[in-house]
Amino acid sequence: MIRNTITKSALLATGLMLSVQSLAEPSAEALGYTCAGCHGTNGASTGNAIPSLAGLSEGYLIGAMNAYRDDERSSTIMGRIAKGYTEEQIESMASFFAAQPVHSNINQKYDATKARAGAKLHDKYCSSCHTAGGTDPEDDAGLLSGNSKLFMKYTLADFHDGSRDMPKRMKKKMKKMLKKDPDALGKLVNYYGSGK
Amino acid sequence: MSKQNRRSFIKTVGLGAAAATAATYTPFAIGGATKKVVVIGGGMGGSVAAKYIRMMDKSVEVTLIEANKDYYTCFASNEVLSGERSLDSIKFGYGGLKGHGINVVHDKVTDINARARKVVTAGGHSFAYDRCIVSPGIDFKYDQIEGYDANVANTSIPHAWKAGPQTQMLRNQLKDMRNGGTVAICPPPNPFRCPPGPYERASQIAHYLKAHKPKSKIIILDPKPKFSKMGLFTGGWERHYGYKTDNSMIEWHGTPKGSDDNVLTSIDVKTKTATTGFSEVKADVLNVIPAQKAGKIAFTAGLTNESGWCPVRGDTFESTIHKNIHVIGDSAIQSPLPKSGYAANSEGKVCAAAVVALLNGESAPDPTYVNTCYSVIAPGDGISVAMVYGFKDGKIIKIKGSGGLTPGKFDAKLREREQYYGYSWFKNITHDTFG
Ligand SMILES: Cc1cc2nc3c(=O)[nH]c(=O)nc-3n(C[C@H](O)[C@H](O)[C@H](O)COP(=O)(O)OP(=O)(O)OC[C@H]3O[C@@H](n4cnc5c(N)ncnc54)[C@H](O)[C@@H]3O)c2cc1C
Ligand code: HEC
Ligand code: HEC
Repeated sequence: MIRNTITKSALLATGLMLSVQSLAEPSAEALGYTCAGCHGTNGASTGNAIPSLAGLSEGYLIGAMNAYRDDERSSTIMGRIAKGYTEEQIESMASFFAAQPVHSNINQKYDATKARAGAKLHDKYCSSCHTAGGTDPEDDAGLLSGNSKLFMKYTLADFHDGSRDMPKRMKKKMKKMLKKDPDALGKLVNYYGSGK
Repeated sequence: MSKQNRRSFIKTVGLGAAAATAATYTPFAIGGATKKVVVIGGGMGGSVAAKYIRMMDKSVEVTLIEANKDYYTCFASNEVLSGERSLDSIKFGYGGLKGHGINVVHDKVTDINARARKVVTAGGHSFAYDRCIVSPGIDFKYDQIEGYDANVANTSIPHAWKAGPQTQMLRNQLKDMRNGGTVAICPPPNPFRCPPGPYERASQIAHYLKAHKPKSKIIILDPKPKFSKMGLFTGGWERHYGYKTDNSMIEWHGTPKGSDDNVLTSIDVKTKTATTGFSEVKADVLNVIPAQKAGKIAFTAGLTNESGWCPVRGDTFESTIHKNIHVIGDSAIQSPLPKSGYAANSEGKVCAAAVVALLNGESAPDPTYVNTCYSVIAPGDGISVAMVYGFKDGKIIKIKGSGGLTPGKFDAKLREREQYYGYSWFKNITHDTFG
């Protein structure tokens, strides 16, 4: 059943503010359902390019939507979509996606040798912040392994050329890794695409 | 006042109203009796509505009546014309929906009895409902084009505006055409299913001809002065297909307001000649897309108004003509939402939530909608249009500041990404609908 995530006591706390109610407030589910055509049912993407949203932490999703809305993060289409929502609506959809189980898309093509090398690189340079292959929402750092492979490829490219800002310490690790292995990004992409 | 409070307030007010609504509309649903929904049409709107009702409330019995055993998506069907995809890759069955506990019936609905709340099929069956959802797609106004009818469309001059055998026929005709042949496309007047569709089709056919029959031409005879994503398409045609040069593979002939220059009036089936108010074009492959109206069952059931489409409330999609019947997808008057698959998906979910709430004696929740449409002009050159919609003062509105087109300035990196994101969209929306 669709229900607003509002408590009974909040329902009772309504005032006499009749005049401001003209634009309707959809529920968290209703908002989340509109994203499914692109991101998959309940945010579990079955494509290999558009990322999954299922299980993303609230903080990460809110940060991403705000960055898209304010044109602080480059995008093809999310900038145009994020501008359609209020702060409250973004918080509301974040609660919806955070409540979904993390999705791993294991039907993507990948190069097994590169994936194995990528797993090692991830352990060495990335796992301190992206634990369990980057599948633990508690890290508040997006979802990596099992996410859409092309999105991982585009995102790493954007971090690399500065189209998207990296956290300082992540940047340091990235630099160190690429110095040691200039082909590291391709290996990581195959690892994340493998969903292992 | 905080947003939270504002939301709560609406809810409280809404609940009071809902009690009254339920008493008049859904007496059978109260007190744990069965709640029956019949959905007519297992396309983009109907399938997703059926599935989401079951996701929201397992106690609702849902029957989905669909004429065909398989559904072919219209979107991506233009890529079948260029040979980028097979017809099989756009074909979907109903096994997934059955898995959600939906009773899928393959039959053709011949009538809806609004007073008795019954749906009748060609197979002689009758289905009782508490609420009925109608999503039959479109029908064609063949009578506006002399010489054209459903039989001609099925045998020699396809519209291919419902995907399936006609898509394959048009593909075969393109394959059999000589190098140096002429393909004529006659798009419909507004409003019609998928506004960017004819121009995406021209792009995909050009992509095929450029590689295999480079001396050929595509002539678009358009009854309109302009078209959807026009700048993006013509920019792409300049980039890939010589548009605006003497050697252009694509010629677009529009019609100024008030004139009948490129309005198709008749066709000659034997010679594949299209006659407009201004000229005659003899084609090797002729693709006529007639003007459109709501699906036939919407007329039979008396759900249409003088426009040929179905008037509905924007928050529940309940017909304003017949109570307890909801119309979604292309057949509904849903402007400013366009007649697209993504819009049908959004409408299906809004309608599903409303139907579930009303059956449970609650008020319909507040709606929200999104539309998106991806097109591929040539490999590596994907474009999109998007918009977020809300509901205000009884009307569906575009949310100011949201949406719009892919930037006109060509950026190879982003255009390539849009192509691949478009493919993901195809996977996800079909899985959301049939999976
Ligand atoms: C070439 C082309 C490209 C397109 N590209 C895109 C795109 O990129 N993006 C996008 O969002 N949209 C696109 N569209 C539009 C999209 O396909 C439609 O808007 C969408 O399918 C509408 O959904 P619907 O449920 O209204 O109708 P449909 O999907 O057509 O479903 C109607 C169903 O009802 C069934 N039916 C009808 N009458 C009866 C009856 N009496 N009894 C039983 N069953 C019945 C039919 O068999 C059919 O399966 C495109 C369309 C075309 C033609
Ligand atoms: C038209 C398709 C489309 C729709 C609709 C859509 N998205 Fe997206 N989303 C994308 C694409 C494509 C990307 C990759 C960034 C880009 O290029 O825009 C993305 C990226 C994201 C990301 C970043 C994920 C990450 O791991 O960093 C978030 C968060 C997101 N979308 C949230 C949403 C929400 C919430 C909605 C619904 C309100 C939504 N999107 C609707 C296509 C879409
Ligand atoms: C010091 C902690 C830290 C380290 C080390 C780190 N990251 Fe990150 N990473 C983050 C944080 C925080 C974010 C979220 C940034 C944001 O919100 O935009 C992030 C985001 C990402 C994203 C985007 C996820 C998404 O869903 O869009 C990718 C991809 C990524 N990191 C890859 C890596 C790789 C590869 C490495 C190792 C080379 C690495 N990170 C090392 C902290 C780290």
